[in-house]
Amino acid sequence: MSHILEMKNIIKEFSGVRALSNVNFKVNKGEIHALVGENGAGKSTLMKVLSGVYTYGEYSGDIVYKGDVSRFKNIKESEEKGIVIIHQELALVPYMSIADNIFLGNEQATKGIVNKNITIISVKELLKTVGLKENPTTLIKDIGVGKQQLVEIAKAFSKKVELLILDEPTASLNENDSENLLELLKEFKKEGITSIIISHKLNEVIEVADNVTILRDGETIETLSKEKNEISEDRIIKGMVGRSLDNRFPKHTPNEGQVALEVNDWTVHNPIDTERIVINNVSFKVNNGEILGFAGLMGAGRTELVKSVFGKSYGKNISGELIKDGKPIKLKNPREAILNGLAYVTEDRKGDGLILIQDILNNISIASLEKVSKNTVIDKNRELERSREYKKKLNIKSTDVFQRVDSLSGGNQQKVVLSRWIATEPDILFLDEPTRGIDVGAKYEIYKIIQDLADQGKAIVVISSELPELMGISDRVYTMNEGTITGEFKTADVNQEKLMEYMTMSVNKKGA
Amino acid sequence: MQTQEAVKNSGLNKEENSIRNSAKKFLVNNSMYILLALIVILFQILTGGILLLPMNITNVILQKSYIFILTIGMLMLVLLGDIDLSVGLVLAFTGALSAVLIIENNMNVYLAIFICLLVGLLIGAWHGFWVAYVHVPAFIATLAGLLTFRGLTIVILDGQTISSYPRAFQLMSSGFLTDAFTDNPFMLTLGLGFIFVALYVFMSIRSRMKDLKFGTNTESNTRFILKITAFSLAILWMFYTFGNYEGIPNVLIILTKLGLAAKFITDRTTIGRHIYAIGGNEKAATLSGINTKRVKFWTFASMGVVSAIAGMVFSARLNAASAQAGSGFELDAIAACYIGGASTSGGIGTVVGALVGALVMALLNNGMSLTGVGTDWQMAIKGLVLLFAVAIDIYNKNKG
Repeated sequence: MSHILEMKNIIKEFSGVRALSNVNFKVNKGEIHALVGENGAGKSTLMKVLSGVYTYGEYSGDIVYKGDVSRFKNIKESEEKGIVIIHQELALVPYMSIADNIFLGNEQATKGIVNKNITIISVKELLKTVGLKENPTTLIKDIGVGKQQLVEIAKAFSKKVELLILDEPTASLNENDSENLLELLKEFKKEGITSIIISHKLNEVIEVADNVTILRDGETIETLSKEKNEISEDRIIKGMVGRSLDNRFPKHTPNEGQVALEVNDWTVHNPIDTERIVINNVSFKVNNGEILGFAGLMGAGRTELVKSVFGKSYGKNISGELIKDGKPIKLKNPREAILNGLAYVTEDRKGDGLILIQDILNNISIASLEKVSKNTVIDKNRELERSREYKKKLNIKSTDVFQRVDSLSGGNQQKVVLSRWIATEPDILFLDEPTRGIDVGAKYEIYKIIQDLADQGKAIVVISSELPELMGISDRVYTMNEGTITGEFKTADVNQEKLMEYMTMSVNKKGA
Repeated sequence: MQTQEAVKNSGLNKEENSIRNSAKKFLVNNSMYILLALIVILFQILTGGILLLPMNITNVILQKSYIFILTIGMLMLVLLGDIDLSVGLVLAFTGALSAVLIIENNMNVYLAIFICLLVGLLIGAWHGFWVAYVHVPAFIATLAGLLTFRGLTIVILDGQTISSYPRAFQLMSSGFLTDAFTDNPFMLTLGLGFIFVALYVFMSIRSRMKDLKFGTNTESNTRFILKITAFSLAILWMFYTFGNYEGIPNVLIILTKLGLAAKFITDRTTIGRHIYAIGGNEKAATLSGINTKRVKFWTFASMGVVSAIAGMVFSARLNAASAQAGSGFELDAIAACYIGGASTSGGIGTVVGALVGALVMALLNNGMSLTGVGTDWQMAIKGLVLLFAVAIDIYNKNKG
């Protein structure tokens, strides 16, 4: 079998620190090749070397593409040769149409005047290829993330792609859209297009990949082949972390107490389209010392439910009853929620959580300044002492608490956000996708922290889209779909298939 | 052998690197001080030593006091990620109001000052309301304010210039602290300087003792001593300079009080921390329980008060209120914040930095005037300095 791409002894340093040391990477023509590794293993750096973001000299080693040694000077050069990367953060313009986005920078124009008809016709063709049924004139902001991903791929196809590289393509997609995307990749394979997929979701990797290359600390560990039957989740994880993780979830015996929070008949309307009901008459409760899970697909309403409970930070026309420790409470805004012992760790760490330009100290303090101040004057020494304590307790890896949080890895950033909310000394913590985009080692640490909090008697509510994780850490699980709760299970009595069945159960069927 | 050599070399390189890095860090963090020093040295030479003469320094403070005052208020808004384009015209309006009340209606000076401050507060609250609660972008809300108050200033002045304030009002801007006590202010001013330095040294040492007790300070002893010696000498030199002319200008006392208050609020209080957090990430701030609307509202309201103070200082200095006052002042104040290291998207900046930025602009103006550069060229050069100062800052930050 011939190689379409061979990267030999690639070395790349960032001011003396080796990001890649002697990486060797071979991709066969017409295969789907998965590139896996923990965050910071060097996957993205390697792809940047390939696509010409770093030019020869900034890295050393050889890139042999279709038999020739290639030294691309920029992305444009690599794209001309048929190498197209689709990044994790989509680069689409929200207020432009699908068609205009696909031909952005590559407009179908004569003498600077865009030919609308040719554009629309070619776009229709491209959309058919990727299986997207949308009008080319629809604005990007009006379609979901899954469809936006397809637009990106259509954009790649408008450039005559031979080697398609997808960086975490399914990270923000729900199960359904992910499945479609993977099917699409298989279709492309039949047409002879080579794909490289970077992914944290090992089940997907196992499903589609012909070969899997594992990177760890900037080095290639091994390449596993499907033909030789080498690909398995355990083997990949072992390669990624350098040790076998027999137990991905720490052992935990729950020690439950009284009911901490009861939510009754909770109904929430969409903040923009106030006619639309997002959460429909939901009731649930969580006990002290318990870890409660919410399972559901994207759009099921889990985040919306939790945010609306947390001081109405989502939604309009909210009705229903909140009972904390047996007493009814009303929470008008996040501040009142915090004062009543609630905490919410957001799913969007960088967007809604961290103040990226500030240091660890400020990020930890911001929700609980009154605990280290008197008459609004901050006692800086006490504040510093406290944040250093959390840095130590949660094992945040940084030089000091004065380091800016945008320089930290995802796992350490998440620990900073957790510290912020633990510092408010809450009774009930809502954790929305607490391990999203975090590598395997840091995940384990986060699970430990969550369990320790439960052992201290706090009530924990976890939302997670990864079912194994949800089942691994929670004691009890609610399933949600279309804004309602469809089922409630003790984790010990249920399996993933059963949960998935209830997560996709239509509201109408519930009664039957 | 060879490997040992190599290890040694790489060790050396590391050391060199760390020195270079810390030097770079120093340059990045202190670029506005370096710019200030360069401008002082340049014009001290070009003017043959006139720049730093007691009379000239006193004049710079008196001439540009209103810009310094506006800069203090503007910084708070810049930290939020907002700006106020109306401050120049709010200054004109409150200045005009003071003239109408005091000169035309013979109102008691202190009552008139109080009313002007109150009107400033209401104007600021007006802008704050639209920005915080109706979500009108600050640029638009305050641009509307600029047009509105340009009109209203002409209305209340009836298109005339009103002049001749009573002495009590003028003193705010042109008086000196020691006027009431003695004709020869030198000894008294220098004495005050020593008291000020003693207070400063005492407070620094006390706070350092506390820091050391908590183990929260990483500054070395020598650095600490060097720092307080340098600052003490600078303070003494300032007082010595003022003493050699007519003493400490009253307006400098207003300015110092405002500056210290703003520094305290931004550095040490929860409100200050909320302002930085909103500028850094408004959504995160809201979810952390900060009432972002209230913080914005009151920051705009206090900008109104600060504009009113500047308005009265300005009118008192000119001893007149005219409809042409104030235009372009907002741009000087905004430029000062950015030269002083504030970020255009909010969340980054300091009071001291912004005041240094204002000082850079003031000395640039003054130095060029002394060397005979016309106002046309002064404006052009100031524009370029703003552009390059911010560009260098951004370049450094991206590199570091």
